[in-house]
Amino acid sequence: MPREDSTSLAALLSAPSELTDPGSSKTAIVLMTRIRLARNVVGHSFPGWAKPAQREEILTSCRDAVARLPQMKRCFNFAVADLGELERQILVERHLISRELSGSKGGAGVLISRDQAFSLMVNEEDHLRIQVLRAGLNLKRAWTAINDLDSALEEHLDFAFSPTLGYLTACPTNLGTAMRASAMMHLPALVISNQMEKVVRAVNQLGMVVRGLFGEGSDASGSIFQISNQTTLGEAEEVILKRLGSVLQSIVEHELNARAKLLEADAGKLHDKIGRAYGILQNSHLLTSGEAMNLLSLLRLGIDLGLFPDDQRSLIDRLLIEAQPGHLQHTHRGECDAAQRDVLRAARLRSEFASFPRPEIRPANPGAAA
Amino acid sequence: MANPLKCDLCSKPATVHLTQIVNNKVHKVDLCEACAQAKGVTDPGGFSLADLLLKASLTPDAAPPAPGTRCPRCGYTPVEFKKHGRLGCPACYDAFATLVEPMLANMHSGVTHSGKVPARSLERKSLHDRLTKLELDLTEAIKSERYEDAARTRDEINQVKQAFHPDAP
Ligand SMILES: [Zn+2]
Ligand SMILES: [Zn+2]
Repeated sequence: MPREDSTSLAALLSAPSELTDPGSSKTAIVLMTRIRLARNVVGHSFPGWAKPAQREEILTSCRDAVARLPQMKRCFNFAVADLGELERQILVERHLISRELSGSKGGAGVLISRDQAFSLMVNEEDHLRIQVLRAGLNLKRAWTAINDLDSALEEHLDFAFSPTLGYLTACPTNLGTAMRASAMMHLPALVISNQMEKVVRAVNQLGMVVRGLFGEGSDASGSIFQISNQTTLGEAEEVILKRLGSVLQSIVEHELNARAKLLEADAGKLHDKIGRAYGILQNSHLLTSGEAMNLLSLLRLGIDLGLFPDDQRSLIDRLLIEAQPGHLQHTHRGECDAAQRDVLRAARLRSEFASFPRPEIRPANPGAAA
Repeated sequence: MANPLKCDLCSKPATVHLTQIVNNKVHKVDLCEACAQAKGVTDPGGFSLADLLLKASLTPDAAPPAPGTRCPRCGYTPVEFKKHGRLGCPACYDAFATLVEPMLANMHSGVTHSGKVPARSLERKSLHDRLTKLELDLTEAIKSERYEDAARTRDEINQVKQAFHPDAP
């Protein structure tokens, strides 16, 4: 049974996970923290240049090493080649594998811890990409966890390392610590008040990158952005994390200010947006992925503003993942086209929001930002 | 709306209008529903205009590398590095040091590593190097009939092996 279970995506989807479980801490503004380290095994070609047999050899030795780690006890273990298109998409939507790995050739695999907090991609751009995900803002906890996992792994694998260049990676842009730390942030007020451009410029100047999109009219990305460090060589992990942490903190403050200003200027307008989003989620019969993201984003803002109970935030975060195409089709038990998915998505959200509490809007008191 | 915007990728009517900043320049992107979906617009980790633009800007130019240089370990060539922006194996960093190292200052906040060191890997490597040297010494000592030296070297070899596998008998 354990053997069967560890390669079953259904088992993974039904297990409690760091990001979708209501038990984990859900916070306003920062949805999750992630740290990823790139590691390569000494004396072996990088995956992009390795021959198929060499890739298989790396996959085997990485799997053997991971099997000995206490953190990865009873882990899920997938070979990308064994996964269908839909299953790969689901893992991408859950942030457990990258798009690059999902489209990769033979010898690629992923090992995922039971709680889905750790995932180790094998033969992506580097032999190993090890990552930890934490709900909410938790850079310190995430670093401790991934640092321990990396040290444990090093007991069994010889990593390519140079005293001057640090960890050696397929791409020179990842040399040094080979660490990419990021936070996924929900910044609707900065988007609504057209301040994202200013924020992105400021963040770039501090050596951090913002990924994600902000638009006029349709907010198809749900005002969700990923902020991460740009460079990896020359500064120690703790130094990079400290700077990232203070950048994130300052973005949180800007978002809170923007929310307060929106409420001050025209609370009715903001409440109307959120109230309409609530109405559509309860009653629509066709919803594109982009529109669903936008509506869920507004409800999350509503929760932060105290219009809905705080304990509903985990439902929104789960739906931000489960309303995406791969998950929807999996629930539906089969692939279907975009038009059919819009019907399925609307049906799923109608049923989830049927019993969702009504917004509590008190016109006299605009209420403080979360 | 006399002039509806067209999708930047396929020129159907665009319904998703987005902005991104890359290298301090603002880029507007207009996409149709299908292309927005296909590009993973809803996944902030998945879509980055910055990546697309960076890849496009990685043009194979600059000084042509000396012909015939190959990484002795994996056979990778500088031409391939220019084409893909990736190296073939860890040893390529030695083989192409003159090519790669000048690029680092523009890419990173420093050119020398600071931070975590794989202490256990390095320890194993230094033990391994020590063992190789001692075994050479041993052969040498036996050849020149220095039997006392040979016995001492053999003891040292056993000590190093012990350190390698502390749990072995
Ligand atoms: Zn299009
Ligand atoms: Zn090489």
